[in-house]
Amino acid sequence: MSPATVAQSALDAAGPQSAAIEWLWWLMFVISTAVFVGVMIALAWAVRRRGDHPASDAIMTRWVTGATALTVVVLFIWLAASVSVGRASGTPQLKDAVTINITGRQWWWQLEYSDTLPSNRFRAANEILIPVGRPVVLNVTSRDVIHSFWVPNLHGKRDLVPGYTTSIWFQADREGTYRGQCAEFCGLQHANMAVFVRAVPEADFQKWLAAQRRPAADPASTEARHGRDVFLKATCSQCHAIRGTQAGGAYGPDLTHVGSRATIGAGILPNTPENLQRWIRNPHQFKPGNKMPPHDLSDADLAAVSEYLRILQ
Amino acid sequence: MRSGFAFALCLILSLTACEREKRELSPQPTRSEAGLATDFVAGAGALQPSGNPAELNAPALSEGKTLFATYNCTGCHANGGGGMGPALMDDEWIYGYYPDQIFRTILEGRPNGMPAFRGRIPDYQVWSIAGYVRSMSGLVRKDAAPGRDDHLSGKKPESSTDKMQPSNSAAPTVP
Repeated sequence: MSPATVAQSALDAAGPQSAAIEWLWWLMFVISTAVFVGVMIALAWAVRRRGDHPASDAIMTRWVTGATALTVVVLFIWLAASVSVGRASGTPQLKDAVTINITGRQWWWQLEYSDTLPSNRFRAANEILIPVGRPVVLNVTSRDVIHSFWVPNLHGKRDLVPGYTTSIWFQADREGTYRGQCAEFCGLQHANMAVFVRAVPEADFQKWLAAQRRPAADPASTEARHGRDVFLKATCSQCHAIRGTQAGGAYGPDLTHVGSRATIGAGILPNTPENLQRWIRNPHQFKPGNKMPPHDLSDADLAAVSEYLRILQ
Repeated sequence: MRSGFAFALCLILSLTACEREKRELSPQPTRSEAGLATDFVAGAGALQPSGNPAELNAPALSEGKTLFATYNCTGCHANGGGGMGPALMDDEWIYGYYPDQIFRTILEGRPNGMPAFRGRIPDYQVWSIAGYVRSMSGLVRKDAAPGRDDHLSGKKPESSTDKMQPSNSAAPTVP
């Protein structure tokens, strides 16, 4: 997931809502530009004819009345456009939708893929996979402070408020990876709280769902087994869950399938064994002040843990 | 002269504010493993009061409150009211109320149910939790204590809790 292939722009709409928002943006941009140019021309004209023939009251009244009427008309056009875009993007399309519950945490995104069958529900973090062409409903809330979910290519912003759940929906009409960003200041690492939405074909999505629902892979190699033991005995399991083991912490991201993610630390580093080791040893060199403590594990233990996390595909 | 005095006073006041607001940007991974004597005697232990820097620091106390729920202290102590474990929001202290005694209680565990967290969590988190435990009975500065609950509130927040005079249910026994 190199930066070149990741889109993050409100002017490159990938879904119906963002297309409506983009249209509104261009409408406002064009009208504002026209108004600005008109005012500048009038100003230049006024400066040039300064003092020549003072206009009569009747002429001035006519101009001011005309300009006021035009302003009111423009504002009403904007109001109508804004309301219609709000309605179009706000009305949920619940039929056949994928439902994901998102909880904002300092400073990462907790995902819970919902399903009518409880055993099909699972938790993930920071990387949201969605099928192309199907509506996605997000139920968003927060556990600590107010965050805001914003993936510009797909939709506008939605605040995540502690103790209060709201819903938005969006849809991706073409494949791609769309980067999002927390859009409400939420503390030290607000700027590094990234989220990725990957839109993939339905078949790939189903395959991914089936894989994510499975409990964690059993380590086959001695090193990975040692890594699992270290994980369960050291600090890790206090905060992280790995389904299928005794690790059941819920303060940090669920790591059951961490090996399948492209990044770690909410998008701060590519997910490679070296980066995992550097991150576990001291996450504060990448995200100073984040909630994960540094670890004084031996090099061998650290390598084993990263090997174990790598096989959790 | 007077303005100079006021300026100096402001400077001193701003220093105290710094302590309250300071964010720990590079915490230490230290996990106390050994060297702590355990004598499983009610009220005994090091009785020299040692300071806990986390008690002056609002983010640390607030994090202590979050960790108190995260590490499942709430499983036995509820939100301070107690349950399977003793209440922490009252003035009774079975194993001592000094910061380092609470630190040891968390690290070493105590008889009849309190598990040991030694080697499980880094020391700076233990200090945060110890600070929060003391804040529940008003033993830390009010301006640094947490002012908000993430759960349903049944009592005043720690920042409005008046200081309670600690009492030991069991007197320290000297062998």
